[in-house]
Amino acid sequence: MKFQGFLALSLLGLSQIVMASSTDSYELTISNHQFEPTELIIPANTKVKLLVHNKDNSPEEFESHSLHREKIIGPNQSGVINIGPLPAGVYEFVGEFHEDTARGRIIVQ
Amino acid sequence: MLGTAIIIFREVLEAALIVSLVLAATRGIIGRTQWVMIGIGGGILGAILLAVVADSIAPLADGMGQELLNATILFFAVIMLTWHLLWMRKHAAEITHKVKHIGQAVSSGDKDPIILAFIIGLAILREGSEAVIFLYGLAAAGSNPSELLLGGGLGILSGIVAGSVLYLGVARIPVGKLFQVSGWLILLLTAGLASQAVSYLVQADLLPAFGYAIWDSSFLVSEQSIAGHVLHILVGYVDHPMGIQLLTYVLTIGLLGAAMYVMNQQQAKARG
Repeated sequence: MKFQGFLALSLLGLSQIVMASSTDSYELTISNHQFEPTELIIPANTKVKLLVHNKDNSPEEFESHSLHREKIIGPNQSGVINIGPLPAGVYEFVGEFHEDTARGRIIVQ
Repeated sequence: MLGTAIIIFREVLEAALIVSLVLAATRGIIGRTQWVMIGIGGGILGAILLAVVADSIAPLADGMGQELLNATILFFAVIMLTWHLLWMRKHAAEITHKVKHIGQAVSSGDKDPIILAFIIGLAILREGSEAVIFLYGLAAAGSNPSELLLGGGLGILSGIVAGSVLYLGVARIPVGKLFQVSGWLILLLTAGLASQAVSYLVQADLLPAFGYAIWDSSFLVSEQSIAGHVLHILVGYVDHPMGIQLLTYVLTIGLLGAAMYVMNQQQAKARG
């Protein structure tokens, strides 16, 4: 029983590694407190990774209320944000520390 | 300046409300002040420390260091609040009796004040570190120091005022009912924190979301509004909850609520 549990867990772990390697990545850059690009198109019902590069000398908090995501990216650091699988739609995000300029959206289709 | 103040206010509000609620709920316990001070001091120190090491933590666990740390802090707070709730149930009758009839504070002679320090410390630690990171960023970007001090100060002050309002509100509850009412309030707070912790685990891709919006009540009360934000902190309100958040919320209330109910019954029986 224990061995089977262990086997199942290892398989689960293995499948996650395989899945991780097949996950598509999208890049997002923050500079002058603005996102670039401001619009990303990702496929529906698919897990993707968002790599956010903060090129500013100050920290930023990537925040998306609709995506249930919030993450601080240090100055001149990069961060990974897991996204999806999501139903089709438009999901807005902001840089919480500079909300008036740092805005963008992810279009899932 | 106002922008800075608003961001700081948002970060400070959560800690201020949690601390006020717990403080109001534990009136009349001897030695409380000392532990509250230790909790606040420790929380502020921890927040600064956490802000300093934040960039080293983030890349850990395949870039999920920040998410796992947030989830851990929140789960730890949930465990401490659970302990506190059950301990208060066990001693509610005794505390209520002494405070009401003898008009004196009770000596707990137990670990609860230490738990109190932990709860306060954790609340300040998590939100405080974000405030420190933000303020440090402003300083690094060469912002005007007066803007920093005024904006930061105004934000912290408004957070404390909001906390005091809550404290005074809860403190109006008569002592005889205090532990009952505040107990249920803290139960909702705990469930909200548990669902917040789980949301970080979804973000770290360790748990499935089970749907990103079971419903959407943002047209009624938006979580972005002040009322929505306060409700989010105090009772765990989410305007479009993920399935797993809802599940965690309901399970926490169900299990912890049942434990509290059973202990109430036992107390009632013991009193005859």
